Amino acid sequence: MYLTIDGIEKSFKNEKKESIKVLDKINIEVEKGSFVSIVGPSGCGKSTLLYLIAGLDKADTGEIRVAGKKVVKPGPERVVVFQEAGLFPWLTVLENVTYGLKLKKMPKEEAKAKALDILKMVHLSRYVDSYPHQLSGGMKQRVAIARALVMEPDILLMDEPFSALDEQTRMVLHKELLEIWRKTKVTIFFVTHNIREAVQLSEKIIVFATRPGKIKETISVPSMKDGVMPDSVTLHTEQRVLSILQEEIEKVLKEEMGNDYSFKTNHIHRDDSGDMGSHI
Amino acid sequence: MIAGIWEVTSRLSSLPDFMFPSLTQVLETLFKGLMSGQITEAIGKSLGRILIGFMIAIIVGLILGYFIWRFKLVEDTLGFVVTALQSIPSIVWFPLAIIWFGLNDFSILFIVTIGATWTMTVNATSGFRNVPQLYQRVAKTYGSTGFHFLRTVILPASVPQIISGLRIAWAFSWRALMAGELLGGGGGLGQLLEMGRSLGQMDLVISVMIIIAIIGTIVDNVVFSRLERNVQLKWGVK
Ligand SMILES: Nc1ncnc2c1ncn2[C@@H]1O[C@H](COP(=O)(O)OP(=O)(O)OP(=O)(O)O)[C@@H](O)[C@H]1O
Ligand SMILES: [Mg+2]
Repeated sequence: MYLTIDGIEKSFKNEKKESIKVLDKINIEVEKGSFVSIVGPSGCGKSTLLYLIAGLDKADTGEIRVAGKKVVKPGPERVVVFQEAGLFPWLTVLENVTYGLKLKKMPKEEAKAKALDILKMVHLSRYVDSYPHQLSGGMKQRVAIARALVMEPDILLMDEPFSALDEQTRMVLHKELLEIWRKTKVTIFFVTHNIREAVQLSEKIIVFATRPGKIKETISVPSMKDGVMPDSVTLHTEQRVLSILQEEIEKVLKEEMGNDYSFKTNHIHRDDSGDMGSHI
Repeated sequence: MIAGIWEVTSRLSSLPDFMFPSLTQVLETLFKGLMSGQITEAIGKSLGRILIGFMIAIIVGLILGYFIWRFKLVEDTLGFVVTALQSIPSIVWFPLAIIWFGLNDFSILFIVTIGATWTMTVNATSGFRNVPQLYQRVAKTYGSTGFHFLRTVILPASVPQIISGLRIAWAFSWRALMAGELLGGGGGLGQLLEMGRSLGQMDLVISVMIIIAIIGTIVDNVVFSRLERNVQLKWGVK
């Protein structure tokens, strides 16, 4: 298996210095070139898992291997796209995109040419010399994606990359991301709150249970690589993911609002503009 | 307006000219002093001192700030000492400096430096500490470590705080410089001030005061404000 997550456990200390288990016995196998999404209630440890894969944090037990090699520290072959773009405000768009390339000691001219190519792909050619604050939220996120893609990583780790964007921008970026994925065959590990997003983009959806975070179920999305799926099929998958999640959402809400709260399943319906499940 | 009131009160007042000179007299002395090189030389000497002292303070402050930020042990020990030292006005160091180095240029340089160093350290530390986690994570995923990480993320991200540190540090060392020169001699604007006093030349004293005010304002408003504004513009901070 290309990416192996093997028996990962992770705890954090809370304010009272008590140890809280955030991830419990996580085992995931991801094939090279696949697109895997993780959905789960807020606080279930999705970001934590992503940072562990990135090597930004260390697990208490278990190990993560990429192509057989154990992950011990961050590296440019596993690039993260964060929820906020995280562009460096003191660098121009071009300088932001070439940041990683320069670290790889790529010659200046080559790095620049590459960066310009990628920026063209995300339709930002006109903004190469702008500073991040001159861009809109969606444009910033596109630069962040370009900055990650230009590294030609083996694995692209995305932590709710589109959640701060409006529906139109998100749809455009979905399309762009899928095109890029098909073209480059990069392995994508995608964390989201949005069930519909997960169903539309990924081949496999991992649903997380919470407190402690563990895998509740893994769902394969009917193949969509060779075209658009009929609405009924995606709707069916969305419903399935949602029904699995409901129990977890209820658990979270109960904890937060007291036991008298009951999650009203009937009130969930699909409306075409809404982003289903984004309330979790 | 103020100039007018000054001129009139000085001419009408019963105080002798050398104690309360008129504006025209002061301007004349100022002009002569600049021409003859007396004042210009003093300006050169003072600026030279502060430049050296300030540079050392910035470098030492950044280095100390780095260690306090980076190592918990240093933070718990040195960090505390620095906060305490920061509250000592730098001129208080002067007697000690005289004993250590004698009444010379070096003593003045010492208090100029020490006045700015602690402020610089405190500001650098808090600047480094406040670098958003997000920037640090981003840089690390691209493989930045060690000195590269410091140079491309930690330092630039703390620039706004470092600039405000520079500004306060400058004000501190400028005051320390004047006090030191006034007491320690060895040329410079402070000594010229003292000379004016002992010769009973109030027009010279006021001329020097004007120069001190002008230099202080120029550096604060032109150099640091502009620096600050440039950064804000580039970063898009209002
Ligand atoms: N550095 C930390 N120190 C202490 N606790 C932490 C730390 N990072 C995360 N946690 C805790 O771990 C849990 C999981 O956090 P994580 O950010 O992984 O959740 P998430 O699934 O990404 O949530 P969301 O969907 O809201 O982003 C949370 O309860 C959080 O409070
Ligand atoms: Mg998260």
